[in-house]
Amino acid sequence: MSTPEPPVIQVHDLVKTYGEGATQVKALCGVDLIVRRGEYVAIMGVSGSGKTTLMNILGCLDSQTSGRYILDGVDVTTLDDRQLARVRNRHIGFVFQTFSLIPRTTVLANVELPLAYAGMKAAERRRRARAALATVGLADRVDCEPNELSGGQQQRVAVARALVTAPTLVLADEPTGNLDTASSDEVLEVIDELNELGRTIVLITHDERVAQHAQRLIELADGKVIADEPIRPLPTGGYGGRHRPRTNSDTEAVSA
Amino acid sequence: MTTIEAIRLAIRAVAANKLRSGLTVLGIMIGVAAVILLVAVGNGSSKAVQQSIAQLGSDTVTITSGAPRPGGARIQNTSLTMGLIDALSNRDAAPDIKNVSPVVTSSQVARFEGVEHTIGQFIGTTPSYLPAVNDAVARGSSFTDDDVKERRRVVLLGATAASKLFGSTDPLGKQVGVGGATFAVVGILAEKGGTSFSDPNDMAIAPITAVQETVTGYGPLNQLLVQAVTADRVSAAQSQAQAILSEKLHITNTASQPFRILSQSQLLAARNDTSRTFTVLLGTVAALSLLVGGIGITNIMMVTVAERTREIGIRKALGAPKRTLLTQFLTEAAVLSLIGGLLGVIAALMGSQFTILGVHPEVMPSSIALALGVSVAIGLFFGSYPASRAAGLRPIDALRYE
Repeated sequence: MSTPEPPVIQVHDLVKTYGEGATQVKALCGVDLIVRRGEYVAIMGVSGSGKTTLMNILGCLDSQTSGRYILDGVDVTTLDDRQLARVRNRHIGFVFQTFSLIPRTTVLANVELPLAYAGMKAAERRRRARAALATVGLADRVDCEPNELSGGQQQRVAVARALVTAPTLVLADEPTGNLDTASSDEVLEVIDELNELGRTIVLITHDERVAQHAQRLIELADGKVIADEPIRPLPTGGYGGRHRPRTNSDTEAVSA
Repeated sequence: MTTIEAIRLAIRAVAANKLRSGLTVLGIMIGVAAVILLVAVGNGSSKAVQQSIAQLGSDTVTITSGAPRPGGARIQNTSLTMGLIDALSNRDAAPDIKNVSPVVTSSQVARFEGVEHTIGQFIGTTPSYLPAVNDAVARGSSFTDDDVKERRRVVLLGATAASKLFGSTDPLGKQVGVGGATFAVVGILAEKGGTSFSDPNDMAIAPITAVQETVTGYGPLNQLLVQAVTADRVSAAQSQAQAILSEKLHITNTASQPFRILSQSQLLAARNDTSRTFTVLLGTVAALSLLVGGIGITNIMMVTVAERTREIGIRKALGAPKRTLLTQFLTEAAVLSLIGGLLGVIAALMGSQFTILGVHPEVMPSSIALALGVSVAIGLFFGSYPASRAAGLRPIDALRYE
């Protein structure tokens, strides 16, 4: 990428410690990372490697102990609570591991929520939310409540909600962690599609097959980046990853 | 996020947990209903007092016997007697007194053809009593001074007493048995309106001589009702009556005189004070129950916030500003208490249709507005702590909460 615009994520010497004194735990010890616009990055690591901590800091949900984090050209350490809320609203789309939809609220209202917090008018909001739901193939489920949907469908609604604000960065934390293979494929396919449309995506996972969907793989261990390289295809076949032939309709994708 | 959306969201959240919300609403409802109803009872009783005093007329002074008795033996006979009437009617000593009516009152069982009815007030007096207390004869005629002199056993019945005894029969000219004697009904009194602790129409009026002879005996009088010449001469009439009584009954110390002498305005003021105290007391008790209801709101909102911590985390991750979350939970608390308030008003309005403690409650419109306003304020006040706790959560802590 040779565009003059700044990278989406610029992280320098990021340190995060929990606790004090003897019980102090270093979750991140000096992470450097640059993610450019339009990239599809997978962050991998075993539990305790610090990947969730990194994701929370990248998502402006938590603050680092030291180091710099520049999101889309803005140093987030200088922002106050209100500005951070706005950054999360405008610049970041989240997809969490556990289905993070608001219960007893329709799918449409769930997807509208970030737009509502941005102060958008109801009619425009609804139009955009419907469009986002159509993108993830759930245009016909707008009036359902989350508990009427399958796990995969719920996670696709979460993806629709993450993309509805057209964020600079989509952060997906183990988006398939609670799903079976078929549902995982559905969700990953939607995320792949988003990337093809130009969204920058950071995918956090411990599953190598899921990481295969990305273009670039960053491995974390003990709070440090130990590898940062383009994806190499898995040696064993049978799983086509993102290059698998695309199907036209959702139902076929489920049965694939 | 608009206000309407916030309210809609709050209603949905309240409806999501019907039993829990219902119990919280019940707490506020009882509080609000209690405030409105008890204030209405207090108000109703003070209205009743005012009405019953207004019925006596504004130009009268009541002298009642049986007030403070100083210790030690009483040498003088200080009871009110018929003899005082002549003294009080003396034009020279009391130019502002128009007339004086002696009153003996008791509750008596009356009988007519096997029907028995206890008349609340069986009054023995003179004909001047009727205009003094604004009583009028609706049918038949009043008794006369002649009837008093001749001790004729005639009686005027109040509307309630007449209907209880006679039902649909015409009471005029019939004989009523009272205390071993029979009285002829000569007239029916016009119905008196208003609410009171006791039914003002459950009464009978007869010549005092006949009543003393047959029913009460020749004991002291209960009351002397003094009518002033005009309404603005009442205080003059009062002081003249006081002077005459002091002299006749040999009173030296007016602080411990054996009778009370009060004009209607004084009576009104005294009873109004009592009923105001009554209202304030009732209102305070009710306000306490409203406070308890408010604490219930805090409690339930704390539970709600704890239960929805993850949801709060998601909302924060989606960029919900602190203010929006604060508004959301405050609106929820306000909706809870407002529903309680509205139901409380309805309950109070239904309750006010009944007679409570012998009083017909009079709901004050201002108390409804106040109770509703207070209930919303309670929601906001008692909801503010849980709401600010929710809004102040760090997104990461809220998301991690299990």
